[in-house]
Amino acid sequence: MIESYLRGFERISASGGATAPDWARSLRLSAITRFETLGFPTTKNEDWHFTSVAPIAEREFELLAPPTHGVTAAQLAPLAFGATDWHTLVFVNGRYDAKLSSAAALPDGVTLVPLKQAYETLPLLVEQYLGKVATFEGQTFTALNTAFLDDGAVVHIEKEIEVARPIHLLFVSDTSAGAGTAQPHNLIVLDRFAKATVIESYAGLDGAGAYFTNVVTEAVVGDGATLTHLKLQRESEQAYHVGTLDVRQARDSHLVSFSFATGAALSRTNIYTELRGDGCGATLNGLYLGDGEQHIDHQTRIEHVEPNCYSRELYKGILDGSAHGVFNGKVYVHPAAQKTDGKQTNNTLLLSEKAQIDTKPQLEIFADDVKCTHGATVGRLDETALFYLKSRGIAARTARQLLTYAFAADVLESIELAEVREGLEAATLRRYIEQS
Amino acid sequence: MLEIKNLHASAGDREILRGIDLTVNAGEVHAVMGPNGSGKSTLAQVLAGHPAYEVTEGSVTYEGQDLLSLDPEIRAQQGIFLAFQYPVEIPGVSNAYFMRAAYNEIRKARGEEEIDPISFADLMDEKMKLVEMDSDMLSRSVNTGFSGGEKKRNEILQMAVLEPKLAVLDETDSGLDIDALRIVAHGVNSLKRPDNATIVVTHYQRLLNYIVPDYVHVLAGGRIVRSGGKDLALELEAKGYDWLLEEAVA
Ligand SMILES: Nc1ncnc2c1ncn2[C@@H]1O[C@H](COP(=O)(O)OP(=O)(O)OP(=O)(O)O)[C@@H](O)[C@H]1O
Ligand SMILES: [Mg+2]
Repeated sequence: MIESYLRGFERISASGGATAPDWARSLRLSAITRFETLGFPTTKNEDWHFTSVAPIAEREFELLAPPTHGVTAAQLAPLAFGATDWHTLVFVNGRYDAKLSSAAALPDGVTLVPLKQAYETLPLLVEQYLGKVATFEGQTFTALNTAFLDDGAVVHIEKEIEVARPIHLLFVSDTSAGAGTAQPHNLIVLDRFAKATVIESYAGLDGAGAYFTNVVTEAVVGDGATLTHLKLQRESEQAYHVGTLDVRQARDSHLVSFSFATGAALSRTNIYTELRGDGCGATLNGLYLGDGEQHIDHQTRIEHVEPNCYSRELYKGILDGSAHGVFNGKVYVHPAAQKTDGKQTNNTLLLSEKAQIDTKPQLEIFADDVKCTHGATVGRLDETALFYLKSRGIAARTARQLLTYAFAADVLESIELAEVREGLEAATLRRYIEQS
Repeated sequence: MLEIKNLHASAGDREILRGIDLTVNAGEVHAVMGPNGSGKSTLAQVLAGHPAYEVTEGSVTYEGQDLLSLDPEIRAQQGIFLAFQYPVEIPGVSNAYFMRAAYNEIRKARGEEEIDPISFADLMDEKMKLVEMDSDMLSRSVNTGFSGGEKKRNEILQMAVLEPKLAVLDETDSGLDIDALRIVAHGVNSLKRPDNATIVVTHYQRLLNYIVPDYVHVLAGGRIVRSGGKDLALELEAKGYDWLLEEAVA
């Protein structure tokens, strides 16, 4: 219900809200106005055709989830696959938790701070970019998120700095999240020739219920810089998750994005990038694993604005039970974007009769000298391969499990960061292959 | 070991095998030859239990049991092995994982312990030498991106690891150059034992110079139209199949 958000906004404003610079306050104000005008999208909206957000729209979420003190480092360790040397900011129920965070020992030229601190230490940078990449004109959830702009992470990598270890923005919800909502807003800025890996994790801890995460992450990738962005959505099974990554790339920059989505009752992940300079590359890969009544939606949008850029996209999904997957891959090639080289693939494996996928590649090409292809497959396990495995003595069930895992193997293999690749491989293996 | 009686099989409503009789005893090598489309692969696939084929008549007895009532994996566990004419590519499953899984299932069926990865690696080393395969083939996905010859060698490698009682080789020689052919034949010959048997499906007599058959059968139109000794293969090489087909019709 939009009213509950409007009332909440009034309440927070009246109480003075949290400390924020004037520009941020006026940004919030225009965002709430925009949110009120837009309202929640219906399935008549082309971008939400296959996903009804009614379960989110009709619920009243607690706007300020109570803080928690119950989360321990031990609970968080598995979410980083046991890695101990990542630079981590932890947010519990949407609030920054300094005690659980470990952003110390950052190399020179690297800033990793919560938003409120960034207002103090990086005021110009935050003002310059925040709200400028992820604009909310036509985006309800971005407007909603910006209206409640308060917490989140700011990452700044200065020019020519390569950060060796990954930066982890870890958002967890615990039982005290109740039916609350968190609206984190992150900003990642890589100056020219900088290089970093940023992992965004969303996870429900034991007992977390039907909370709602609505996150916006804006990223600016400077000339010749490379951002590797891994999003791991492992929310609790009753949760709602809407997440947008909005990237702006300058010339010769690279974005390598991976979206892993396996949690939440209803999730929508937007991965958008604008290739705004000559010679950029964007690789957008992802894997969604659904079961039960889950609804897992991905929308990607690649804007080829300038010439000589490439984009590569491989999204795979495995859906069981009555799970419903959506993949909408938009590629826009602007008139100036000659020599664009784009390739998009979406393959989904349906393990049950009731599982369902809506896949919609959407290529709009306004330049004439381009190479763009797309392909989508929806299938069941390959009978020929099953027979081949069985003919070697492998039991039918095992053969099925092996092929299910194998389906996901190539896209997981594309993850460069070993801890995450191996962690997700092991998790996928455990999920689909029962250990004898 | 194997007794096929009046075997009829169809795919959809199309009858492909139309009354095959064939008996194979332990220690024997049988060659099955015949023109394209005569049903050789169908026979091989039916023995392995391919679900696309329905047996409409006849019986197959293997080691005293009704083979046709067994699932494909049980047949394999009981010692039947089919080297596919067109080995299947399985992206995402490494050859090593696949072979160890198969080997362990078959050991389990024989009531033996599962093998540990290190002993399995040693076993693979030994078997890979037999078919002169490079060890990096093990880490690659099953048959994926393998050349035609590599796929065929991979089939023989699996056979060497699984040590079947009854091996059916479906045109394992097709598309092999003479060196590869020698390697494959050497593999097959060194796996031969008095208590196992081999059915070799081939178009070419040249393979039978290396794997010498005890019997040669000619399959045409879904039936065995002629059986004989190894000399029959030479005769076919010289005269082709037409004379046999005419005789069969007459
Ligand atoms: N699954 C199937 N569905 C329909 N027809 C089939 C199927 N499998 C085989 N056939 C047909 O049955 C006939 C026999 O095929 P089969 O593959 O057994 O021949 P073959 O003797 O092995 O030929 P080749 O020498 O070319 O390998 C062919 O006409 C083939 O098209
Ligand atoms: Mg054949």
